[in-house]
Amino acid sequence: MNGRLTLLTAGRVLRQIRGDHRTVALMLVVPCVLIGLLAWIYASTPAVFDHIGPALLGVFPFVVMFVVTSVATLRERTSGTLERLLSTPLGKGDFMAGYALAFGAMAVLQALVATAFAVWVCGLDVAGPVWLLVVVAVADAVLGTALGLLASGFARTEFQAVQFMPAFVLPQFLLCGLLVARDAMPDLLRWVSDVLPLSYAVDAMKTITASSDALGDVGKDLVVIVGWIVLALVLGSLTLRRRTP
Amino acid sequence: MVNKSYAVEVDQLRVSRGGRVVIADLSVRIPTGQVVGLLGPSGGGKSTFIRALVGVQVVESGTVTVLGQPAGSPDLRHRVGYVTQSPSVYADLSVEDNVRYFGRVLGAAEAAVQEAIDLVDLRAHAHDRVENLSGGQHSRASLACALVGRPELLVLDEPTVGLDPVLRRDLWDLFGRLAAEGTSLLVSSHVMDEATRCDRLLLMRSGAFLADTTPAQLLLETGTPDAETAFLALIDRAEATTRSGAGGGSAA
Ligand SMILES: Nc1ncnc2c1ncn2[C@@H]1O[C@H](COP(=O)(O)OP(=O)(O)OP(=O)(O)O)[C@@H](O)[C@H]1O
Ligand SMILES: [Mg+2]
Repeated sequence: MNGRLTLLTAGRVLRQIRGDHRTVALMLVVPCVLIGLLAWIYASTPAVFDHIGPALLGVFPFVVMFVVTSVATLRERTSGTLERLLSTPLGKGDFMAGYALAFGAMAVLQALVATAFAVWVCGLDVAGPVWLLVVVAVADAVLGTALGLLASGFARTEFQAVQFMPAFVLPQFLLCGLLVARDAMPDLLRWVSDVLPLSYAVDAMKTITASSDALGDVGKDLVVIVGWIVLALVLGSLTLRRRTP
Repeated sequence: MVNKSYAVEVDQLRVSRGGRVVIADLSVRIPTGQVVGLLGPSGGGKSTFIRALVGVQVVESGTVTVLGQPAGSPDLRHRVGYVTQSPSVYADLSVEDNVRYFGRVLGAAEAAVQEAIDLVDLRAHAHDRVENLSGGQHSRASLACALVGRPELLVLDEPTVGLDPVLRRDLWDLFGRLAAEGTSLLVSSHVMDEATRCDRLLLMRSGAFLADTTPAQLLLETGTPDAETAFLALIDRAEATTRSGAGGGSAA
């Protein structure tokens, strides 16, 4: 790994995103629209919105970054740019970290916009510090990027890459405790949900909204999420091969 | 044996792709400071050979030594420039952003970035996104991204495909100038009249070299007026030996 090459790659990825105004708009606007819709659905029961809203603030960046990253990486493979890059001094780690850094930066922007919209426009009640919501959202986004990089290693076409979204994301969504509390699930499913990273993301978001003294618990959740990020990046870099058949 | 006067030394290379043997047993030496043409019919294994040289091809056996080091060694990564057959640049970035990114990865200065854009004659389109360029401009953008690193060995897979005669001539002039400055070049092509622009020729068919010669010698040996006829004569001769069961396909 080389810090200069990582930064160069992150800068290049950001430049590509910046040129694509529609993607930037979708990244920033879609979460706001969905949160607004949710607030409207639960207009008569704001307590339910306060319960679900923060969890979704953790899920959106994860899903969006997963899809964007897996498609972007697959494009690098099919267009030959990855083959070319790996014949240069750029390392696999620089490539992975560059993407994680670039989409992490996009996530900061997305989290700031979505959280501000939820709190100030939709009146989401947050007992804990709002900045902590942003931190967890960014961690979720980087998690999405890392898993997206990993998933794209198993996709041959863009169709497959997009199909990986429901395959990787929906089970985590069903098991993360948003639909049914994790304690109320059958044992086996609860154990599975104890392993999956999105459960910790949603737990962290819930803790922040419910308690004003959230830092300790959220810190533990963040450690698990960061562990998954590192694991996914390491496994993902194993799917990048300099030599191909 | 490591010999400084060879840019590439290949010994008993064997490569299989998709369960089929593409290169069975190939040995060749490519001198430094020359433009070497890699010519041959489609599917003959040119790209596979090139991929083995730059170290992105899984090889079954044999050794490939490039600039005195095993192909693909970390030390070679800024000394060897590689242009893939289909242009590999970021379509959603401008020409300049592409060249700058690959240039910086290779440790090139800004002056080299601008020079590379001028060399491929894309100054007027430097700020255009690559996806808005013509096919030939697109492949020249890809070429600039390799030139920018000023490599000692430049490996180009069909860089002149789809270019008009004027641009082709300009590019071959450029290759000649680079060789005169000491760069070694290996350039694959379908266009036989480009053979006359090379210092040496490798004619490849079915993963083996039918000839490893100079343009003048090729014409002399085959008694033909131009490279295209010479090449066809060589292929016909090779196919006749294969048919008569004399065991063709071995390297010349
Ligand atoms: N990705 C691949 N997987 C399996 N087989 C492949 C692959 N790429 C090429 N081949 C096979 O290897 C052989 C040589 O292909 P190669 O691309 O090296 O030919 P080439 O001389 O570069 O042809 P062209 O002039 O058309 O580019 C062909 O028979 C082809 O079917
Ligand atoms: Mg080819």
